[in-house]
Amino acid sequence: MIKYLKFLFVGIIFGIVLVKSEAVSWYRIYEMFKFESFHMYGIIGTAVITGIILLLISKKFKNINGGLMTVPKKEKGFTRYIVGGTIFGLGWALSGACPGPMYILIGTGAFSVVIVILGALFGTYVYGIVKDKLPH
Amino acid sequence: MQSILDPWPWYISGPLIATIMFVLIYFGKTFGMSSNLRTLCSIAGAGKKVKFFDFDWKTQRWNLTVVAGAIIGGFLAHFYLSTTTDIDLNPDTIKTLSTLGFENAGKSLLPAELYSWDALLSVKGLAILIIGGFLVGFGTRYAGGCTSGHAITGLSSLQLPSLIAVVGFFIGGLIMIHLLFPLIFG
Repeated sequence: MIKYLKFLFVGIIFGIVLVKSEAVSWYRIYEMFKFESFHMYGIIGTAVITGIILLLISKKFKNINGGLMTVPKKEKGFTRYIVGGTIFGLGWALSGACPGPMYILIGTGAFSVVIVILGALFGTYVYGIVKDKLPH
Repeated sequence: MQSILDPWPWYISGPLIATIMFVLIYFGKTFGMSSNLRTLCSIAGAGKKVKFFDFDWKTQRWNLTVVAGAIIGGFLAHFYLSTTTDIDLNPDTIKTLSTLGFENAGKSLLPAELYSWDALLSVKGLAILIIGGFLVGFGTRYAGGCTSGHAITGLSSLQLPSLIAVVGFFIGGLIMIHLLFPLIFG
């Protein structure tokens, strides 16, 4: 159990940051896709810049298990990323919730988001069924 | 203390999100939220019928623990670390939303027009949330990641597939907001 505590802690911080940054708000997502605010671009932009720097530095260090600090490599491809990405974008803009915020929003008392989660589970399940028939 | 209770600016929030990704990589894991949907399908027994879900979900318990923490974090931030939940939206955004039938934009995290129990009891309202969720679930698994896995982790590690996926996120988002919203809510 103790080894899971650190993940619980990371999750708590994640939930706090996404609420305090307003990234869990449907309105902020709408505003972003309307290009009417810099807010979300600022969050994602500074996250990526900080991430690039942290990952460059991390090459000199080992992880908690003494192994290399590595990021899993995404498979090469085009179709699955552009098509899958577009489908996700449609759902993200409509529901205003990506897969992190949809859980975090439960904590803020927005229990109706559970419907979105059920929809997402169903979407994931259908992908699992038709996966081998889709171009990747 | 007041600066904690106020909404956090983007230049604080962005680096903090990157730090969360970094800490998970330091723990020998990775930052990816949509994987949990696959794990939950597997726990529900989907692996018996569909091979994609036939894996040892117990190896993903750490990520479900992150989810549990995220729910707690959302609770703490919303009820104990915020004096206001008003969102400082662009007045133009508020005006456009009003023409689409969304009132009180920015006075809550989610619009009552979509997320109130009243909205859920209408066929259209329920369909919007289910379809929205479905597209998120299907799309993220097809693309192999969401905002955390592609936009944050993938771009930070300079991976081309993630850049393509993020371009896709925006194609989808722009189509929805600019072309479909006027049809759905107009």
